[in-house]
Amino acid sequence: MYKIVEKKELAPNIYSMDILAPRVANSAQPGQFVIVITDESGERIPLTICDYDKEKGTVNIVVQAMGCSTKKMVALEEGEYFKDFVGPLGKPSDYVNMDLEEVKKKKYIFVAGGVGAAPVYPQVKWFHERGIDVDVIVGAKTKDLVILEDKIKEVAGNLYIATDDGSYGYNGMVTGCLEDLVKNQGKKYDQCISIGPMIMMKFVSLLTEELGIPTVVSLNPIMVDGTGMCGACRVSVGDETKFACVDGPEFDGHLVDFDEALKRQAQYKSEEVKLDKKVEEDCKIEDQGGAK
Amino acid sequence: MDRFTRTPISNQDPKVRATNFDEVCLGYTEEEAIKEAKRCIQCKKPTCRPKCPVNIDIPEFIGHIAQGEFEEAAHSLAKYTALPAVCGRVCPQETQCESTCILGKKGDPIAIGKLERFAADWARKNNIDVGKTKEKNGFKVAVIGSGPAGITCAGDLVKEGYDVTIFEALHEPGGVLVYGIPEFRLPKEDVVKPEIENLKKLGVKIETNVIVGRTVTIDDLMEKEGFHAVFIGSGAGLPIFMGIPGENLNGVFSANEFLTRNNLMKAFRKDYDTPIKVGEKVAVIGGGNVAMDAARTALRLGAEVYIVYRRTQEELPARVEEVHHAMEEGVKFEFLTSPVEVIGNENGWVKAIRCQRMELGEPDASGRRRPVPIEGSEFEFDVDTVIMALGTSPNPLIPSTTEGLEINKWQCIVADENGQTSREGVFAGGDAVTGAATVILAMGAGKDAAAGIDKYIKEKYGK
Repeated sequence: MYKIVEKKELAPNIYSMDILAPRVANSAQPGQFVIVITDESGERIPLTICDYDKEKGTVNIVVQAMGCSTKKMVALEEGEYFKDFVGPLGKPSDYVNMDLEEVKKKKYIFVAGGVGAAPVYPQVKWFHERGIDVDVIVGAKTKDLVILEDKIKEVAGNLYIATDDGSYGYNGMVTGCLEDLVKNQGKKYDQCISIGPMIMMKFVSLLTEELGIPTVVSLNPIMVDGTGMCGACRVSVGDETKFACVDGPEFDGHLVDFDEALKRQAQYKSEEVKLDKKVEEDCKIEDQGGAK
Repeated sequence: MDRFTRTPISNQDPKVRATNFDEVCLGYTEEEAIKEAKRCIQCKKPTCRPKCPVNIDIPEFIGHIAQGEFEEAAHSLAKYTALPAVCGRVCPQETQCESTCILGKKGDPIAIGKLERFAADWARKNNIDVGKTKEKNGFKVAVIGSGPAGITCAGDLVKEGYDVTIFEALHEPGGVLVYGIPEFRLPKEDVVKPEIENLKKLGVKIETNVIVGRTVTIDDLMEKEGFHAVFIGSGAGLPIFMGIPGENLNGVFSANEFLTRNNLMKAFRKDYDTPIKVGEKVAVIGGGNVAMDAARTALRLGAEVYIVYRRTQEELPARVEEVHHAMEEGVKFEFLTSPVEVIGNENGWVKAIRCQRMELGEPDASGRRRPVPIEGSEFEFDVDTVIMALGTSPNPLIPSTTEGLEINKWQCIVADENGQTSREGVFAGGDAVTGAATVILAMGAGKDAAAGIDKYIKEKYGK
C-alpha cells in the first residue's frame, strides 16, 4: 500500500499527489514514469513522474480525472492509499546521460500542453539545478487550466503561457506561440522537448521539423505491465516498431507515426465510456470527487 | 482390473466449459486415484524418475497413494517439488516421466501427472503442513521474479535456513502461473495462491512492485542491502511479432497482452476495470501452449476462434491434451497456413489477414519439416482480432543494468549447470537463461541454482 501524503487541487479536476514510495523516489530520473493501481479491481495506469523527493521518499504525480480509473484515483484523499505504485519505468531523458558541457552548449525549449506541464517541471528543474536556463511554453485551453505556473517560473529562463481562448498570455495554441518566438522574436533553439496530448505533440513536431529544431516527445500510449512484456504500447518510430515502456517513453518526434499512435490510443474508447458509466452509477464517484 | 488401461478422469463437458473459466479437468477421486496408483508395477529401476527435471521419487509417492496413504504421498512429493499441484496440471508429462513408463510399451502409461495433482490437492484440502525449515543461518538471498524458477529456488533456500526475499515486478506474485496460464487450466485462488502462501509461511518475504534494473539494481541489492547472493528468475521477456505489414493495427495483440489482461487483470470479470477486446472472429497465430491458452480464452469470451499454424497437426508444439481440449471446445484449426499481411479498415482496425498456404519440405535444424509457401495460394481470411503467439525474446533490462553479466547471442543470460553466471554471487535460471520453455524446466533450474547458491555461500563464508 502506498500512502498519499499530500493532495492539492491545481485546477478544476486536476490534482497533484505526493505518494510515499521510497524505492521509486530513490531511483527516479527525469523522463521516467510510474504505474498506479488504485484498488483491488483497478487498472494499471501509467503516469509520468512529475517530481520526486529522495529524502522524504515521495514521488509526485499529477492526475486529470478523465476516465473511470483516473476518477477513482482522484477520489482518494490525503492519508489514504493506492494499492500499487511501481517504477520508475522507461528510460530517463537523453540529456541525463549526456556530457554536461555538451548539454550546456544547446538552447532548450520545452513545449507543454495541459497536464503535460507537470512532467515538464522536474526536467526544467534538472536544468536549473545545473545552472542552465531553458525556455518553456505552457499551453492550456483557458486561464483556469494553466497549472504549476509559479513553480515553473522559478526554475525556467523564460516562461510563456499560451491559452486557446486567449484568456491569458499568448492568444492561441503552443505551436503559434513557438512559431512567433522563432520567426518574430529572433529566438533560436537547438532542441525542443514536448510533453502533452498526442495531437499537440504531433503538431509541435510538424512545426519543429519545418523550423529545423530536433524534437523529443514523451509518449503515453496504452500499457498493461509497463515492463516490456505485453507489447500494447508499440509505436512506429521511423521504420521500426518500438515498445514505449522499455524503449521510451521519449522518442524523436520527427520519426514517430502520430496518426497510428492516435488510433492506437483510442483502442479501448468504447469500453472506457462503458466503464465510466459504471463508475457514475455504481461508485457514485462523481459526488465524492467534487468534495475536496 | 486391466493393468494396461488408464483410469479415466472426469472433465467438465466441452460445451459447458467453452462458456466458463472454471477448471477443465476435475481430477481423480480417492477411489480413482488408488485404482490408478495400483496399476504401477513399482519398477526396481524406475525409468520414469530420470525423466523428471526435479527428480521426484515417482514410484514412492505413487506407492503411498496405492496404499491410501495420501499424506505420506504429499510428504514424499514435498521433498522434491515446491509446486506439485501446479506441475500435476501443467507439466508435459507425456514427453517426460510418462513417456518412459514401462506400461506404455503395451498400453497406457501411469497417469503420473494426475496422481501428483491428486496428492497435492488432497494435502491442501486437508491442511497438511509439508514444510520444514532448518535453523536460520543468517545469510540473505535475493530472488528476482516469483514465477516457477524463483518460487522453487526460494523454497529450497528458505528450507536450508536462508533469509530469502523475492522481488516481483508485477503487483501479484506467481509470474507466468498468474499472468500467463489461464484459470481453466490452473485455478489461481485454489491452487496458485496457496502455493505462494506456503512459501510465505516458510518465511520467504515477497516484495511486489519492484522492477530489478529500474527500481533497484543487482549491485544495489548486494552492496547496499546486504544480500550475499542473487538468483535471477525474471522470465521470458518481450513478445515477438512477425514483422509483417499491418501488425500495429488496432485489434492485433500479443498473446502476452491478451492473456495478461484476462488472467492477471481479470478482464473477464465484470467487477474488474481492465478492458479486453475479443471481437467476433479471432485468428491466433502460432501452435504452442500459449497459442492454445489464448485461443481457448478468446473462445470463452464469446468469439469464433481459429488457430493459424504453418505446419500440420503433427508438428504442433503444444501439449496433446491442450490441443485435444481446444478441439473439443470448438477452436478451429487452419494448418499449413501463414499470414503475410494484416489488413485494416478505414478506421485502423483489423478486418482480415492475408495468408498463404504452405507445404512441408525438407527437415530443418529442429528436425521438423520446414514449411514452404505454395506459390499463388494467397487468400484473405476475414477476422477482426489477431493474436500473435509466436514466442518471446529476452528482456534486456537486467543484463543492461548489471555490469559484467554475460549474455549469449540470443540475449539470454549465460549460466552453468549450477546456475552460476559470469558475476560472482549472481545465479540465474528458467526462461531468462533458456528462452521460453516449460514450468518444470524452470523449476529444475531454480532447484539447481538453490543448490549452487548454498554451495557458493558455504564455501565463501566457511560454514
